[in-house]
Amino acid sequence: MDALANLALGLQVAISPGNLMYCLIGVLLGTLIGVLPGIGTTATIAMLLPITFNLDPTSALIMLAGIYYGSQYGGSTTAILVNIPGEISSVVTAIDGYQMARRGRAGPALAVAAIGSFVAGCFATFVIAFAAPALAEVALKFGPAEYFSLMVLGLICATVLAHGSVIKAIIMILTGLLVGIVGTDVNSGVLRFTFDVPELSDGVSLVALFMGLFGVAEIIANLEYRGSREVFTRSVGKLMPSREEMKRSLGPIARGAGIGSALGILPGGGSILAAFSSYMVEKKLSRRPQEFGKGAIEGVAGPESANNAGAQASFIPMLTLGIPGNAVMALMVGAMMIQGIAPGPQVMAERPQLFWGMIVSMWVGNFMLVILNLPLIGIWIRLLQVPYRLLFPSILVFMAVGVYSVANNPVDLIIMAVFGLFGLVCMKLGMEPAPLALGVVLGPLMEENLRRAMLLARGDPTVFLTRPISAGFLIASVVVLVLLALPVLRRRREQVFAEEPT
Amino acid sequence: VRIASPRDFVAGLLFGGLGLFMAIYAAMHYQYGTAVRMGPGYFPVWVGGIVALLGLVLALGSLRIPGPPLERLRLRPTLFILGASVAYGFLLKPLGLVLSTFLIVVVSAAGGHEFRWREVVLLAAALAVFSVGVFVYALGLPFPLWPERFE
Repeated sequence: MDALANLALGLQVAISPGNLMYCLIGVLLGTLIGVLPGIGTTATIAMLLPITFNLDPTSALIMLAGIYYGSQYGGSTTAILVNIPGEISSVVTAIDGYQMARRGRAGPALAVAAIGSFVAGCFATFVIAFAAPALAEVALKFGPAEYFSLMVLGLICATVLAHGSVIKAIIMILTGLLVGIVGTDVNSGVLRFTFDVPELSDGVSLVALFMGLFGVAEIIANLEYRGSREVFTRSVGKLMPSREEMKRSLGPIARGAGIGSALGILPGGGSILAAFSSYMVEKKLSRRPQEFGKGAIEGVAGPESANNAGAQASFIPMLTLGIPGNAVMALMVGAMMIQGIAPGPQVMAERPQLFWGMIVSMWVGNFMLVILNLPLIGIWIRLLQVPYRLLFPSILVFMAVGVYSVANNPVDLIIMAVFGLFGLVCMKLGMEPAPLALGVVLGPLMEENLRRAMLLARGDPTVFLTRPISAGFLIASVVVLVLLALPVLRRRREQVFAEEPT
Repeated sequence: VRIASPRDFVAGLLFGGLGLFMAIYAAMHYQYGTAVRMGPGYFPVWVGGIVALLGLVLALGSLRIPGPPLERLRLRPTLFILGASVAYGFLLKPLGLVLSTFLIVVVSAAGGHEFRWREVVLLAAALAVFSVGVFVYALGLPFPLWPERFE
């Protein structure tokens, strides 16, 4: 069994004392920042990215992966206790988790979220171990046409996740592609849209952009809103779910793990799509659909498992194809580049220790989260009691340091401020920033592959349809678009988004 | 004409305008090339053009499909938060980490609803100590601590 041998190699790397420690630090820091209301996973990773610069590549990636699922876990803690989802993927958790907390069942909700995440994480680790080598093999056959079509599919999938109208989501994606163009054109060396700012010649700094879009905009939006937050602090009570609650969670956890692993592989998918799909499936299958939205434990167990499995599976396209499926993976690609590793199918063959070490460390990290977080919940709750007027200046300091330290350049803070304002305007106009972020990330890759594909095909655009794999991706994209336009599904999508608390 | 959805109208014009600007700018400044050998202008002209078109569709649709009104942008938090961040970036080198941390904390806190001097100063001091300890000593980031001439 190749896969098992690979996992054994990974385990060896992941449980070496040094890596174990970096994994632990990553998981703890990720949870700590992720718990803070109003800071999502992307902003957390962008903020903590600089602390991994001085590590060796394997440890750096292990730590970043730890930060990733740690912050996701922290985000769901906040969603359950405060009803402020840190990231879109925990929006679904907030619906029923918060209602459970109000009924005094916050403890079991948190415990089920942790257990579900762990089980799903284990499952996803095995999926990666078996699927990644196969996918990397297929990926070696991919030409530029296939890459281009796959990214089209990823971007179309991203519109499914966006709130509001499809046309707005598409506008945001394309605007993201335009932002991604800024910088030096790799083919001709021409500086595009840099407007004589030398700092823009390498493109817009992703860390600054994400921090503005997801961090600064969020802070300003929170300051405009003058409501009080309800924190359930005293009523967390017992953590252990009752036997009945456990029984009701089993099915959703298993299904969530499957849904998450499958959807996470899609570029543009990842944890968000997984969480939403799982919620819809559980509501549909449940014998008590009327309880959903009023504190059904299935509505926490399913999406939380799916969300975690999706997060892990979203490493697959990044590691095997070199295509970042979401903003977080783009930061991972950035981190790998800083370490001198170009993500792609060759990573697995050339650096098996890094590849498998990171994958097994995800499992180790999830295990740490279960062990550590249940007892540490008291600390996270205390953190949630800190008033926002003290939190937001602190968050801003960390974001500013994070953005500055990437290149030690003040211009990056202007970029952060500009995109903070832009993100705020987008919020006011009902335009979702997540598709834009994906567009920025995929833009340069898409243009590059489009140009190469057309060059190879001597300018014949039918190349995207005559190559079977590429045609398959494009047909799938059309199917998704048609499904989105169908009235039945459109209504269902609106329903799901309407249920989320604002 | 009464606009049924002011929010979508503004969004359509804003993004459509941005797309149009980028398409025209690219067409004027960068070589377009051919489908076989795309120049640096090819991709931006097309993508910008499509954004302009979709923006127009959104704006036209907003004339009859009703939607929510425009929300106002509140100036105070916006200016204070953005100003504090930019100032921090430019003052970090000349002023050093300690004073710039004080600055960003005080200015951004002034953008909130409640501002209590004592509390803000204590918070700034705590964050300055934390920043120096973690970022400079533990992580080894190359920030000066104090203004140059005092060192």
